[in-house]
Amino acid sequence: MQGMKEASLEEKLVEKFGKDKVEKFKKSIEDYREIPGSLIAVMNDAQEIFGYLPIEVQLFISQEMKVPLTEIFGISTFYSRFTLKPSGKYKINLCMGTACYVRGAAMLLEKIKEKLGIEVGETTEDGKFSLEPTRCLGACALAPVMMINGEVFGRLTPNDVDEILKKFE
Amino acid sequence: MLYRSHVMVCGGTGCTSSGSDEVAERFIEEIKKAGLDKEILVVRTGCFGLCELGPVVVVYPEGVFYSRVKPEYVPEIVEEHLLKGRPVRKYIYGESLEEKAIKPLEETPFFRKQRRIALRNCGVINPEDIREAIAFDGYKALAKVLTEMTPEQVIEEVKKSGLRGRGGGGFPTGVKWEFAYKQKETPKYVVCNADEGDPGAFMDRSILEGDPHSVLEAMAIAGYAIGANHGYIYVRAEYPLAVKRLKIAIQQAREYGLLGKDIFGTGFDFDIEIRLGAGAFVCGEETALLNSIMGKRGEPRPRPPFPAVKGVWGKPTIINNVETFANIPPIILNGGEWFASIGTEKSKGTKVFALTGKVNNTGLIEVPMGTTLREIIYEIGGGIPGGKKFKAVQIGGPSGGCIPAELLDTPIDYDSLTSAGAMMGSGGLVVMDEDTCMVNVAKFFLEFTVDESCGKCAPCRIGTKRMLELLDKITSGKGEEGDIEKLEELAKTIKATALCGLGQTAPNPVLSTLRYFRHEYEAHIKEKRCPAGVCTALLSFVIDPEKCKACGICAKNCPVGAIFGKPKTPYVIDQEKCIKCGTCIDKCPFGAIYKK
Ligand SMILES: Cc1cc2nc3c(=O)[nH]c(=O)nc-3n(C[C@H](O)[C@H](O)[C@H](O)COP(=O)(O)O)c2cc1C
Ligand code: FES
Repeated sequence: MQGMKEASLEEKLVEKFGKDKVEKFKKSIEDYREIPGSLIAVMNDAQEIFGYLPIEVQLFISQEMKVPLTEIFGISTFYSRFTLKPSGKYKINLCMGTACYVRGAAMLLEKIKEKLGIEVGETTEDGKFSLEPTRCLGACALAPVMMINGEVFGRLTPNDVDEILKKFE
Repeated sequence: MLYRSHVMVCGGTGCTSSGSDEVAERFIEEIKKAGLDKEILVVRTGCFGLCELGPVVVVYPEGVFYSRVKPEYVPEIVEEHLLKGRPVRKYIYGESLEEKAIKPLEETPFFRKQRRIALRNCGVINPEDIREAIAFDGYKALAKVLTEMTPEQVIEEVKKSGLRGRGGGGFPTGVKWEFAYKQKETPKYVVCNADEGDPGAFMDRSILEGDPHSVLEAMAIAGYAIGANHGYIYVRAEYPLAVKRLKIAIQQAREYGLLGKDIFGTGFDFDIEIRLGAGAFVCGEETALLNSIMGKRGEPRPRPPFPAVKGVWGKPTIINNVETFANIPPIILNGGEWFASIGTEKSKGTKVFALTGKVNNTGLIEVPMGTTLREIIYEIGGGIPGGKKFKAVQIGGPSGGCIPAELLDTPIDYDSLTSAGAMMGSGGLVVMDEDTCMVNVAKFFLEFTVDESCGKCAPCRIGTKRMLELLDKITSGKGEEGDIEKLEELAKTIKATALCGLGQTAPNPVLSTLRYFRHEYEAHIKEKRCPAGVCTALLSFVIDPEKCKACGICAKNCPVGAIFGKPKTPYVIDQEKCIKCGTCIDKCPFGAIYKK
């Protein structure tokens, strides 16, 4: 009985995310299974591999790591790195740390919101951009800073926004 | 192999973000082309400190410092400097240029007053090669401890040094170790706090990226001192480069037998595991961090029991900050007395700061305790850009406070900062000029705490929210008589009743701005005016029709298309659309636009 249920959940994941991603994640679970307290590490990997933590992924982790779903849900909502909804193809992480704030990050935020027509935490309708402010990317000396899919842009003014976003269109 | 020259290209996060990877590749390519690859070595180092001027390249043995290097400059530098021995003056950092000579880096104003102990190897070695760390005395202190000292002697030496925790609290490190040493229960654990939650701070990150081995070595020393064989480093997942270098460093240390079983054949075992945080500020607080290491929600718990008694897995544990650890090897090698001879009476040694905000030389600095804020901001930092007036420096992050111009001669040490209403915190120094509104700053920090409050205790969860609502009200022009008093009342209650350090210190930014900039609060409330011209609800941008020459530059530069006009008639700003970014003011050649 148990075996059948497992298979079907895994199948659902494969259908949703493809075999490669699921295999990769299963390997990560194997790496961590024996290490006490590694639940967050597993969830970090899931976030990285799948891009977000939908309920199927949480169920799968719960099953594999033998942790109640409520606990997993509690952790996914506690830490800001975990998201329950998928983000856009390009993730804009605008820094809202102190150094960037003092050098005008709020203006950049306004400009990006107006340009994309979305609010903080939202994704554009075409699924291209999502806007997720972060607290300090550690490049404070280049403030204000934003990062798009890992690429960092520094010393920005609102006028740079158009050109940068164009690169990703 | 011996090289005649080393080209050090900064590989810290700041310089990498401004493109140092391409610069390094270009150097390798051009040096090879010139046939110099047997004589000259390109090294990717950790942070040099002058992030503002990145990408940074230093050529040794001369110590010539090139700043803001672009890949296009590289062929000329290789041809002229490396091949013909003529440094290319036009790309050299201006401060080090003298008429007939070039000053070595150490003598420029940015470096002159610094003293690098925790950062001793940052910018000096390739952090991904353990042999370089070893060549610069890496693991020598561990060898000394394991072969020549008893745990008691190690603790005694750390106590003698007067080293206090660099993570914020300032608790004497030796005392903490002794406490854990005396616990009978086993196993014990060593934890390194590399969560660095203060937004605007990157000291710990730079140490991990520039010299990870110093932290690993110190953790092993701590393990020997308290009787632990296992360590955890808790790092933010937002620091991918630091995590990568730590992983490499741990791997290499294991290969060299400097971590693992029977280190130096002394029978002492010690190994280290990395634990990733997942974006929660409160996890920097030690009891919350313990929960997070054990894979739970990072909620704090009341102390006592202290982690030294009940820590990871309920066992005796010491938790120290990255920078605290980085100071340990030099203390062991040079002696506690040497360290205690630096700094002030109650604050020994040096402190690393991330100098950011409205200051010319933003970057990473390390100065002896007791250095004044004026020296840091005006000498090392090179003053305020654009001829603006200094207003305040924020120190200690969301738990800290602001220090105004009158107190610029305050020496940096734990106690003077606390009595000025700020705190050392982890070492973020954010400089603010006349264009910063202090009420808005207080609101910024409160937004942060409200966001980050874990919700476990009511004073923090509800109280900070009430404070934020009041600040919102004041900055949007709806402030009333009595609001300031309400803020003060709330602040006092939260400070006294919150469960953990996050809540207890959350009111500090409000209290300190009220202490020094009360008049700004009053201007917002009584006159409905934001003196710095920041709070958008209280101001608008207008074009003076007398001065406007209808050139259209403002309209062309407006990022949101809020300015309209025709040739020959004065332009106007659509107040609905205007986001008050100030670009038009900066661009107008006739000074016709102003805030009111
Ligand atoms: C809300 C809060 C956040 C904290 N964040 C950090 C942090 O990011 N890094 C850190 O080293 N210490 C942080 N601390 C301090 C730790 O609780 C602890 O005192 C410190 O890690 C002990 O190491 P030390 O004695 O070497 O400073 C924080 C404390 C509080 C209350
Ligand atoms: S505050 Fe923005 S990068 Fe640090």
